[in-house]
This record gives sequence, C-alpha cells and structure tokens, in this order.
Amino acid sequence: MNAKSDSAKRICLTTGLTICRQAEFFVKANAVLAVVFLLIGGIAAILLALTRWQTVHLLPVDWFYRIITLHGINMLLFWILFFEVAILYFVVTTLLNVRLASRAIAWVSLSMMLTGAVMVDVTILVGKADVMLSSYLPLLAHPAFYLGIILVAVGTLIGVINFFATLYKAKKEKTYEGSVPLVVFGATAAAIIAVVTLLHGAVVMVPTFLHSVGLIAQPDPQWYRLIWWGLGHMSQQVNVCAMVAVWYFLATVTTGAKPLNEAVCRSAFVLYILFINLASAHHLLVDPGVGAGWKIWNTSYAMYLAVLASMMHGFTVPASVEVAMRHKGYIRGLFGWLTGAPWRNPGFSAFFLSLIIFGFLGGITGVTLGTQQINIIAHNTLRIPGHFHVTVVGGTTLAFMGLTYYLVPLLWQREYIFKPLARLQPYLFGIGIVTLSVGMSFAGSMGVARRSWDIEAAGSIYGPTAHLFLGLVGIGGILAFLALFLYVGLTVGTLLFGRRIVGRAMEDWGTPKVLSTSAGHDHPAPIQAGAGVVATVHPTQGTMVLAIVFLISFAVYYFANWKALADVWPVR
Amino acid sequence: MKIMSEESSSSLQCPAPGWFQAPSGNERTWIGMAVVWCLILSVMMPYWHFRGKQNSTGEAYKVKPADFIKRVEKFVLANTGVESLVEEGIAPVVPAPPGEIYLLAKQFAWFPILKLRAGETYRLHISSADFQHGFSLLPMNMNFQIVPGYDHVLTITPQAPGTYHIVCNEFCGIGHQNMVGKIIVE
Ligand code: HEM
Ligand SMILES: [Cu+2]
Ligand SMILES: [Cu+2]
Repeated sequence: MNAKSDSAKRICLTTGLTICRQAEFFVKANAVLAVVFLLIGGIAAILLALTRWQTVHLLPVDWFYRIITLHGINMLLFWILFFEVAILYFVVTTLLNVRLASRAIAWVSLSMMLTGAVMVDVTILVGKADVMLSSYLPLLAHPAFYLGIILVAVGTLIGVINFFATLYKAKKEKTYEGSVPLVVFGATAAAIIAVVTLLHGAVVMVPTFLHSVGLIAQPDPQWYRLIWWGLGHMSQQVNVCAMVAVWYFLATVTTGAKPLNEAVCRSAFVLYILFINLASAHHLLVDPGVGAGWKIWNTSYAMYLAVLASMMHGFTVPASVEVAMRHKGYIRGLFGWLTGAPWRNPGFSAFFLSLIIFGFLGGITGVTLGTQQINIIAHNTLRIPGHFHVTVVGGTTLAFMGLTYYLVPLLWQREYIFKPLARLQPYLFGIGIVTLSVGMSFAGSMGVARRSWDIEAAGSIYGPTAHLFLGLVGIGGILAFLALFLYVGLTVGTLLFGRRIVGRAMEDWGTPKVLSTSAGHDHPAPIQAGAGVVATVHPTQGTMVLAIVFLISFAVYYFANWKALADVWPVR
Repeated sequence: MKIMSEESSSSLQCPAPGWFQAPSGNERTWIGMAVVWCLILSVMMPYWHFRGKQNSTGEAYKVKPADFIKRVEKFVLANTGVESLVEEGIAPVVPAPPGEIYLLAKQFAWFPILKLRAGETYRLHISSADFQHGFSLLPMNMNFQIVPGYDHVLTITPQAPGTYHIVCNEFCGIGHQNMVGKIIVE
C-alpha cells in the first residue's frame, strides 16, 4: 500500500489513479454480476448457435424460443447494463478523484437491478415469457417479466443519477480543474443518452405491465414498436458511447496515446447525444402506418450525424495511437506503428479488434441495412443479427473484455492467471464472432429468417448454400463461446486465485518500448522513399490510408445493396 | 507504464486550457470526406423514393382483425365462388384480377394462396388475425412487417412467372417456423 493513501482512497501503483474505496465495492459488484449474466447469456448463445446449425439442430422447438429470449435479455440488457454502471462509477470516481455521491443510492440501484434480473430470468426459464427480447404485443408474458424489466431499468436509472450526482459533487468540491477528462466526457454522454433511453423503457413497459395484470386495455402494437425501439435502439447508442470511451481509455493505457484534438472528440460525443434520439426509426422501415417521409427524415437526420460522429472517432482513435507510436520511434513506412503495436497485450488487441470489427463490419452493415429502402431486403432476416453481433458483441463486448484485463488487476489487486491464454482470448473471440456474423449475414441474404427454429419446414426454398452458412454460424458460435468461457474463467479464476499484488504495480501486459529518442518529435517524420529522396509522412498518414480503405469498402457494400434492391419486384 | 505525467494531457486527464481548437491536417480532411459521404447517404433515400421502384411507403389503414378476416373471406368468395375457409385452415388458390387483393396472416399460415399475373400491378392488403407476423417473399427476399390492427398495403408488380414462398419472419408463437405460404405467378 502506498504511503500517500488514506483510508478512503488508495493510489493505484500502476496508473497513478486514485481509487475511491467506497466506490470500489460497487464497481466490483456490478462488474461481477455483469460477468455472471454474460456467462448465462453465453451458455444460451452456444445452444442457439448449435440449433441454428441445421445439421446439429440441438434444442427442441419450445426451448429454442425460450433460450433466444434468455440470450437476448441477459446479453443486451443485463451484461451490458451492469457493466456500464460499473464503468460509470469507476470512471467518475477515479478520474475525478472524488467519492461516490451516495452509497445508499448505489445499494438501491444494485438491489433493484439484481432483483429485476433474477425475476426476469426465472420467468423465462419456467416458460412464462417466450416472447423474445422485444416482447412485441399482442404476445404477452407473465407480469413478473415486465416488472423485472422495469426494476432493472429503474435501478439502472438510479445508478446513472448517482453518477450525475457524483459528477456534480466533484465540480462542487473542485476535485478537478477546467474540463473533465475525455473519458469522463464520453461516459457522461453515454449516461445522458441512457436517461432518455430508460425513460422510453418506462413509457412502454409500465402500460404493458398494467395490461398484463389486466388493469388496462392492450396498448396499440404499432405504438409499442415505436416506443420500444426508443429503448431498444437508443440503448445501442449508450453502448457505442461507452465503447468509444473505453477505446480512448485503452488506447491511453496500452500505447500512451493522447487525443489528437479534444474538441473533435468531444464534438463527436455531442453529436451522439443530439442526433440519435429518433434512430428508433430504422427498426420501423418496413412497418405499416409509418410514412415514407417520416422514415426517411428520421433515418437520415438522426442517423447520419451520428454516423459522422462514429466516423470521427473511428479516425481519431487509431490516429492517436499512430502518433503515440511514431513518437516512440515506430516510424517505418505507413504501418510500422501498427505492426509495432503491443498485439500481445489483451487490452490493446481487444481494443483494436473491437475498433476494426465495429467500424468495418458493424458500421458499414448498420448504415446500409438501416437505409430506408434497402431495409426491404434485410428486415428480420438473419442479416440483422449478423449486423449487431459485430457491433454490440465484436465491438462493445470485446472492448469491455479488454477493459477487464486492466480493471481486475487494478481493483482486486491480483495478477491474471494463465496469461498466455488471456493474450489469445480477444483473437479467438474476434474470429468467432466475425465468422458467426458472416454466416448469419450471408444466410440472411438468401432470405433465412432470424428467430426461427428450423428452415426445413420452408422446404428447399433456401438451397444448400444456406445450410453451409448456417454451419458457419455454428462454428463461429463455438469459437466465440470458447473465448467467452475463457474470459469468464480467467477472470473469475483471477479473482479467486490470482497472485496478490498489493503494494506494487501490476505486471505490464506489454506496452511499446521507446525505440529511439531522436524520433521524439511530434511532427513530420522523414522516411526514405526511393533513391535518396526524403519524403515527408504526416504522423497520421497510415490511419488516413486505413480510413480511405474503409470508405471505399463502405461505398462498395452500400451501392451493391442498392443494386440488389433494384433487382426485386417493384413495390410501393 | 506511467501514463499520468506527460506534457500534454491524455484522455484520462483534464485537458489543458485552450483545448478547443479547430481540427487540422489529415483529421480535418477526413472529417470533410465523412461529411460528404453522409450527405450522399442522406440524398440517396429521397432520390430513390422518387426515382427508384422499390419503396416502403407504409401505406396502412386501421382495421379490426375480425373485419379484415371478413374482407379476406369476401375476396376469396368473389374470386372462387367458395365459402369461407379461414376457420378450417385450408388455403384455397385464388386467381385474382389486378386491383385490390387480400392476404391474411394467422398463427401459423398465410391465407389464401394468391395466383397473380406477371407484369400486372396489385394492391396487396395484408394484415394479421392475431399476432405480429413478418411477410418475407422468397426467393426475392422482400420483407414487410405485419401488425394486427393495421391493413398494410403493398402496391406490388410481380415480374416473372413461378411459385414464390412467403415465410413468416417475425416470431409469432411456437409454430412460427412452419408458417409458410405461397404466391403463384403466371
Ligand atoms: C458467444 C457469443 C455469442 C453467440 C455464439 C451468439 C449467437 C447468437 C445466435 C445464434 C442468435 C440467434 C439468431 C437468430 O436465430 O435470430 C443470437 C441472437 C442474439 N444475440 Fe447473440 N451471440 C453471442 C453473443 C451475444 C452478445 C455478447 C450479445 C449482446 C451483448 C448478443 C445479443 C444478441 C441479441 C440481442 C440477439 C437477438 C435475440 C432476439 O432475436 O430476440 N449476443 N445470438
Ligand atoms: Cu407468423
Ligand atoms: Cu412467425
């Protein structure tokens, strides 16, 4: 233990950050519960993948629909929400050096969330809520299902309010000067969107709950879809925001990267807050009763400025890594900074793979499928889960996994067990999820429906290639599940058996060494180009090339989809 | 791995005063390119709305499921001379003239089997008798949401003769995967 630490705080000997002991418990509790729900969701995931793999077709029909409900809810709601509350508490208390506003409120939040989550899971498992994550009316689950979700949502909301109160406390007590750090700013953006999201949740779930106990008439199913997606889609923006904040965090701790331009990074977060609110529209693109004008306006206005924000982060994050690496002397060619990056460090590999998977696969497919007319050839096919498994899974979940490799040693003060396996884990997960997603996307392009137990009843409509791609779903699912299991196993194992490191810094996972001091200037680094000509490479030239490759891939995929759309029957 | 003590601030530290700067260099170029791309994305949809042939206008009318069922039965009777078969769950083949045609989604079947002519334009009314369903026309892979209480109208022009399948792609109950219907085009 450090001499400077008093009883309320301790100084982390690895990062120099101040850890607030009183908040530490809640960070840990939320994070551990998150991992438990991830495990439940993961076991469900492998069962699903092995059922959709038509040759294996593991689960019986009713259990398939039950388990898919369990999977969607435990992953998208519980794993993500618990982990996000942990991140919010951690970020605000450590980076602003302040105590949590209220332990009592944190307890209330935690116990409501946990009670709700247990209620929901039990209701699903006893077969009283075979309604999928979205529980579209007129499908009706047992009231305990809705009540549980309301408890989780309100509990999370209370946690988020505690975060804001802590932020306010830090400001009042002047624990920091000037503007908050970028990571706190990103977390705050996530928290603001979370409030709006959770309010939508309350607006839709409370009447549905009242209907389920017979107190009021059934709310209109189309109204339900509109408001439910205010919850369902906006929460994805919370995830994106939180993920980007984690990218910045991990880029800093693994490579020493610094934001190129704080104003750009922050503006991009502000764009998320301002322009995502109507993106629920892109779930209703082929719905009845919602006009084309409304669909187009809400898709482009709300989405494309948020897309712009993601494209800004997508550039500025790797560019900051590039600058940091070049600064350390990794200046060879366009990509010397990338090949010299700490790929053996799971914090770095998880972060960078998350960035690539989210950007190249998740982003491109998301914008394309969410285009008003293109949605006609994608809605409710397997292309949709194919898309979001490379955003919220290959992106957010993988980034959160990378963060864990730092959080656990910092908070529990234990060294990870079986480190070589931990170094492999992000790759295995990334490869698995990408395989799964590719399988889903191609099967979906052939028309294979999502949320369907069997494709045989539809006869030979899809042809043998569809079976091939469903096989990929199975194989990708197995790999991703193994990686998920490895992550949970290593993490829980570390909490129990990891070597104690109280009183010293954690072992370095691997951070790039400074190669030469002469390379330590920030701006144009000269490289040899051809016969004695000295060319000047701007320090972000490599990122620029990656970005241009990205833009070209985006355009190709986007216009290929318009072409595919033009081939189907005319319809209005 | 000291990260808290370098000259300029990291993402974990409060930025130094004067951090609000306009972007420069490659970053600025990239933001410019991204803005242009986002504008292209935004323009494509209105463009296609007016010039493209495949659009989802969401044309729909409120209707009570019972009333919609009656319309479907009337439509079947008018074109086949056969009395209602919705209850029996048998889907008759209905050759329909261009104009208003009807399709009912009902746990776990599509009713009736429509027989259409290539090149003709139909106003296809679809609604549900019970839960939400998904209209997925294969092998084209054209998908529309069907919500009870809403008569969703698709103005549609079949292109080539053949037998097409309608697969339900919104979860509608434990028999959902068996909900397969047909459209015949001559
Ligand atoms: C081991 C990793 C995972 C595997 C193998 C996996 C696999 C699957 C499969 C096979 C489906 C069913 C697709 C269908 O038939 O419609 C599915 C659905 C889904 N998954 Fe995952 N998944 C994994 C991780 C995750 C994670 C981490 C999340 C969220 C953070 C997630 C969110 C979802 C959601 C929201 C659905 C849709 C459920 C619904 O349609 O109601 N998955 N997943
Ligand atoms: Cu159905
Ligand atoms: Cu169905």
